[in-house]
Amino acid sequence: MSSITGHSVTDELPHDDGRPPLDADKAGTGRLGDRIFGGLATGSGIFVIALVTLVGVFLIAQAVPSLLNNNANFLTSREWVPSGTDPRFGIVDLLWATVVTSIIAMLIAVPLGVSVALFITQYAPSWLSRPAAALVDLLAAVPSIVYGFWGLKVAGDYFQPVAKFTDTVLGWLPFFEWGGRPSAKSTLAFAGIILAIMILPIVTAISREVFSQVPTAHKEGALALGATKWEMIRTAVLPFGKPGVISAAMLGLGRALGETLAVTLLLSALNPSAPFSFSIFGGGETFASRIANDAGEFDSPQKTGAYIAAGLVLFILTFIVNAAARVVIERRKAFTE
Amino acid sequence: MSTLTTVDDATAPQTRVDGSFGGKSSGRAFKDQLARVVMWTAFFVALIPLVWILAATFVKGGRMLLDIDWWTVSQSGITARREGGGAVHAIQGTLIQAGVTALISVPIGVLTAVYLVEYGRGRLAKAVSFMVDILTGIPSIVAGLFIYALWVTTFNFQRVGFAVCLALTMLMIPTVVRSTEEMLKLVPNELREASYALGVPKWKTIMKVVVPTAFSGIVTGILLGLARVMGETAPLIILGPYTPVIATNLFDGLMPTLPTMIYQNYPESLQPSVDRTWGAALTLILIIFILNLLGRFIGRFSKVRS
Amino acid sequence: MLGTDPLLFFERFCTVKIQRLGAMASLALVGSIALAGCGSDNTSDTTDSGSGDNASSASADCFEGTLNAEGSSAQKNAFEEVAAGYKAKCSGAQVNYNPSGSGAGIKQFIAGQVDFAGSDSALKTEPKDGVVEAEAAAKACGSPAWNLPMVTGPIAIAYNLEGVDKLVLTPAVAADIFSGKITTWNDPKIAAINEGVELPATPIKPFFRSDESGTTENFTKYLKAAAPENWAGEPAKSWTGKGEGKAKSAGVAEGVKSTPGGITYVEWSYAKDNDLGVAQVDNGAGAVELNSESVGKAVATAEQTGTGNDLALKLDYATKEPGAYPINLVTYEIVCSKGKDAEKQKNIKAFLKYFASEEAQKTIEEIGYAPLPAEVEKKVQTAIDAIS
Repeated sequence: MSSITGHSVTDELPHDDGRPPLDADKAGTGRLGDRIFGGLATGSGIFVIALVTLVGVFLIAQAVPSLLNNNANFLTSREWVPSGTDPRFGIVDLLWATVVTSIIAMLIAVPLGVSVALFITQYAPSWLSRPAAALVDLLAAVPSIVYGFWGLKVAGDYFQPVAKFTDTVLGWLPFFEWGGRPSAKSTLAFAGIILAIMILPIVTAISREVFSQVPTAHKEGALALGATKWEMIRTAVLPFGKPGVISAAMLGLGRALGETLAVTLLLSALNPSAPFSFSIFGGGETFASRIANDAGEFDSPQKTGAYIAAGLVLFILTFIVNAAARVVIERRKAFTE
Repeated sequence: MSTLTTVDDATAPQTRVDGSFGGKSSGRAFKDQLARVVMWTAFFVALIPLVWILAATFVKGGRMLLDIDWWTVSQSGITARREGGGAVHAIQGTLIQAGVTALISVPIGVLTAVYLVEYGRGRLAKAVSFMVDILTGIPSIVAGLFIYALWVTTFNFQRVGFAVCLALTMLMIPTVVRSTEEMLKLVPNELREASYALGVPKWKTIMKVVVPTAFSGIVTGILLGLARVMGETAPLIILGPYTPVIATNLFDGLMPTLPTMIYQNYPESLQPSVDRTWGAALTLILIIFILNLLGRFIGRFSKVRS
Repeated sequence: MLGTDPLLFFERFCTVKIQRLGAMASLALVGSIALAGCGSDNTSDTTDSGSGDNASSASADCFEGTLNAEGSSAQKNAFEEVAAGYKAKCSGAQVNYNPSGSGAGIKQFIAGQVDFAGSDSALKTEPKDGVVEAEAAAKACGSPAWNLPMVTGPIAIAYNLEGVDKLVLTPAVAADIFSGKITTWNDPKIAAINEGVELPATPIKPFFRSDESGTTENFTKYLKAAAPENWAGEPAKSWTGKGEGKAKSAGVAEGVKSTPGGITYVEWSYAKDNDLGVAQVDNGAGAVELNSESVGKAVATAEQTGTGNDLALKLDYATKEPGAYPINLVTYEIVCSKGKDAEKQKNIKAFLKYFASEEAQKTIEEIGYAPLPAEVEKKVQTAIDAIS
């Protein structure tokens, strides 16, 4: 029941018995009911294709006029002044914040999620594995705005000493520099941690499913050769599950890139003249949080177009990541067949 | 969702013969123990946020939910500094929007799944399946922007509750398709063959045999999908800003919801407002958890299982 | 297994039919809760009987029906407060306000989608994006549209500095602080205008609104007008100075509250709610404290740029009037002077009459706005009377 994450590996596996859908066209030819029903079903399928296409077309159509008016380079500028007579806007800062928070989230969530999945499938006593899986899934049921609010009001204060410690020990590296501003809970690092919690269920659920599909023969074979449990996992479970874990990581990344509210509530924006900083203990805005922040003031087509252009970039970004995940899964399919 | 547990702790061989893995050394045993400790720790670490969030929300918001006003009146006339008022406007808005979203996305989602499992083959089916995957990955804010681009900038309509439903529909369709597809695939082909053999047309076979067999599973998928879209906030910020009064008309005026109620109030530092925000967060979590549990409960009755 | 899994246990006793019924029932349940439509907007403290003439307080003209307004979010709280107050008097009157921004409000008003608009700035008389707002509005109304100042929102310079209760800032120093030229609280420039105040060496941490906002626009207008040499940026809805960005007024106020050494510009009400220090402003005629009197004085001396009953005001941010607090945001209600729908005009008139009344203006003072000064209020009342 991994459908809570909206994705399931069983979908990607070949049909259980390897057969294509039952071809019963003979049973259906000619009858009105069949033609209507079949038409409806096909229509729904086509509707889904049309929908995704429309998303792309609409976003492009409305972004292009703004982009043509843009007096700055959309891909290389750090400015964001989308309205007025001299609109100048670019995505560098947004892209940076989006990618940094998502990567931090991945670095935490993937090892943790894989460990939890291994725990559930390999280590947990049988009475615990099912409730344990359900508990981790419940994390996905907490709305993202609640994560943000909790991070802002409760958990954020406990991050202050962590930021201070990292700054003292690793502050000489540009990535970990922190001048005490913005407050620790408003940094990219903390937003990344909250994102990690949010994508943990999806990473765990998918990894769990592939791990549970490891052929028993592989596992017992390893054990019979005298492997310890950990060696069995390393030699039998992990290699089998690798493509699944990679696609889980990609799907988690896709989620993290587009996550809005938790990030919007937490991050402090940079002022327009702030110098670019590589530090993860800096502020910034992601694509999604910038759009959400200004959603109340879309008052001219020029300005709306600029935000839609930002949304388009986000769409393309997640599209690439998700498509890549899909490719990995397809290749695994070919491999196991 | 049967978990494979054939290799259990108790049955794992305790003494090993020298094999290709080399002799049993203290180093290997140590690594094995270390891995065990790491996995257990990882699990408990993963539980910390869940427990922490739930505890914090209950402690800070629980009091609000005990007041009968919370469930019966709105925030009309209540400003941030005043105590009182309820959340019924937001609860209603959330439920209405979720209901309408389900009403639109369930037929489309289930039919698309039927197409994929029962009809689809060849290029079109591949394309549909791929697009469903892409739709799964669309960030909710992009869905909101798309509907904004369509509803407000193109058609020049007002921002209303129904526009929110459309955006949520985009997010719900893929989850319904995927879970329904999964369930339909589990219906044994023998059932279909038996039905065809009796001369039942294909569409009737699907409606009377295949779908009913997978019914509980489909409902579970729908409820879980619904639970997911209920907590979505990003499209609501763009399409359905908060208003403190009761609004039940999806086509006229703004409609308040629990997520926007939280979003509206989150930066406030006045105690009455902070309390209400936690209260709204708790209410939202409770509704979503109930839907989740209900979904899983119904899933247990499913006649087909993975 | 039975002990740990009651659901599984239960399952064995269920028959197939019940399963489907159960699933359907649960779906129906969700639907019915949603559409039950229970609950009400009435809160316990607004149980006025709702007849037109209420003996306890000043009477208001009542109407039955709905008015829709849209526009500036700066006057949202005031508007909602007044609308709630009006409804308490006239239970049949529902006035809705959609705080979608001034620009959107004017656009909707011109398109005839709303009955009147709320805006941070008067209708523009010069072209913007090819449209002259005032002309377009007049065309839509069939008569000139009037800007009626209704809500005054002072902008406070709020700070968080322990042990400093009284802080005076000049526009030049404020501009230097917000543009990052002054970085510590004990800077000689601050000390020079705050004699006798012990200033700590804490770094100054300015906060700004990361979302676009009329407050930012007005505050930068002030800095540009009163300290042109120290403030380089052009006034705009998005911030051009230094600091750390937070969304919404409540966000910047919260930021300052949790950051020692923080400073920001924010609507007065938020500074009050968060117990922040509010700086006195010295435009050149001595330090002026922020209170409704000093705000009223500034609004009263504002120059009227509209003609007749069009009361568009031009605030003089650089005013040297003694005792006038210079950083204010005046928001307008934009109405048709002579509407196409007489009934609607009557309703608008009734509501605005209440809005401009002393009683309503007093209620918004409680939530951090300043009431209209007497002479402006009188002009507004005269204009409202002339609506037809």
